[in-house]
Amino acid sequence: MTAYKRDRFKHAMTRKTTSERQIMSQDDIRRALARVAHEILERNRGAQELVLVGIYTRGVLLANRLAANIGQFEGSEVPVGALDINLYRDDLQERSRPVLRPTNIPVAINDKRVVLVDDVLYTGRTIRAAMDALNDFGRPKQVQLAILLDRGHRELPIRADYVGQNIPTATDEVVKVRMEETDGVDRVTIVRSDDFKDSR
Amino acid sequence: MSTSQAIETASLVVPTDSPHLPPRKHVLDLDDFSSEEILAVIESAKGMAEVLGRDIKKVPTLRGRVVVTLFYESSTRTRISFEEAGKVLSADVINMTASASSVEKGESLLNTGLTLQAMGVDVIVVRHAYSGAPYLLAQQLDRVGIINAGDGIHAHPTQALLDLYTVQDKLGSISGLKVVIVGDVLHSRVARSNIWGFSKMGAKVVICGPATLLPLDLLHRNGGDALPEELASIEVVTDLDLAIQDADVVMALRLQSERQDAGFLPSLREYIRRWQVTDERLAKAKPGALVMHPGPMNEGIEISSSIAHGGNSVIEEQVTNGVAIRMALLYQLCTGPK
Repeated sequence: MTAYKRDRFKHAMTRKTTSERQIMSQDDIRRALARVAHEILERNRGAQELVLVGIYTRGVLLANRLAANIGQFEGSEVPVGALDINLYRDDLQERSRPVLRPTNIPVAINDKRVVLVDDVLYTGRTIRAAMDALNDFGRPKQVQLAILLDRGHRELPIRADYVGQNIPTATDEVVKVRMEETDGVDRVTIVRSDDFKDSR
Repeated sequence: MSTSQAIETASLVVPTDSPHLPPRKHVLDLDDFSSEEILAVIESAKGMAEVLGRDIKKVPTLRGRVVVTLFYESSTRTRISFEEAGKVLSADVINMTASASSVEKGESLLNTGLTLQAMGVDVIVVRHAYSGAPYLLAQQLDRVGIINAGDGIHAHPTQALLDLYTVQDKLGSISGLKVVIVGDVLHSRVARSNIWGFSKMGAKVVICGPATLLPLDLLHRNGGDALPEELASIEVVTDLDLAIQDADVVMALRLQSERQDAGFLPSLREYIRRWQVTDERLAKAKPGALVMHPGPMNEGIEISSSIAHGGNSVIEEQVTNGVAIRMALLYQLCTGPK
């Protein structure tokens, strides 16, 4: 088989198996974030001592939105931090490396209630790394986890305290979270493809 | 709606693009870096700089990796900053100097490299007086990453990257800037790597110095055809008073007095009078122009003391940024799919 023919063949195979279906619309995301903000306030009896820490990239955007919701519901400002967890990963040899972003925790987190925020909870390894990273900044009174989407398949004993939506997935599916700030639209989809190269 | 306004100020700005660090095995010079890769390394260095600003400067990223600094030439900042970079990332860093090793007994560079490879070293940071020494190691060793920490008069890529990082950090971007590199360009590996780096990032590079201390291929080129396309816009001006006009960055190079025996200069006094970066000359550059020096400085020769420690000088920032850049490079070389 010539290289040209092989590429054509591969191309055809890839196209055949790709499909994308929506699981959360813009309104779904807005409502889920409103509910999660209420749940955070309920569980912690208000916004005192709260710090939201988003995990780059979309976790930070979600943390911003949760903080805006909490501000609206409760009238108090919650500090938002941003965490880059790449230096704490346990799978650095396996995956490609996103450019590092500066971690920015604007307040001392000692004896605070820290809510980690991320878009998708999958294996749990990102959250483990995030807890390690957080440890280097202090000793919070409590660490909680807020997630837009839980897709199952945990490899570590980690669970979320606040979940926007639970979605059963297969391991060969890819959950794509798009957000206004980075992708121009709020939308969550599942992509099914044998050839999908995104590591998420 | 005072509350919602207050909340807006609390929001963090998140970068919209998500570039990746491309896989890389060796860092020999900047000629095989694309401008995108240079930017990715600089961005990652900013993340590393945040780690260096913490109370506890330690992350577990390179646990279990072994980095050897193999220095055949003396060095303060390069070796120490590589050592600090490795240690902050939790790599084990072993320092080897040629004068206190089997090199004294006549072991060749290649055999030293093979020995280190057999010991399972992951990265060798090498400085050597001969141009091309790191390339030889990179060619012959298949399981070790090589970082060039300065080879002869050829290249010093990590210095150039930290210079690019410093300029980007201070001035916001590099493209379109006028960068004057003045001094002993002939013997300067720093200049050669910076010429690559700044040209690739779209800056206008002007080389300045006594004609005897400028490389012949830059001095006598016919329409730029002898040079690669990326370097075609380099300008050579021997008069510093002309070269420095409207400069955004002025980089003074160390006059390498150990290499001046061949009679490159009539006298040191003449060099000082015509090519020292002084207050009067800097006044002709753009206001707020950056003054850089790769160190070690001969204060009072290529740069006046008042400039070296003045408000325009970013020489100390260069040293600080060097650690962050070297962390980013060690991270790039030691992680990612093999």
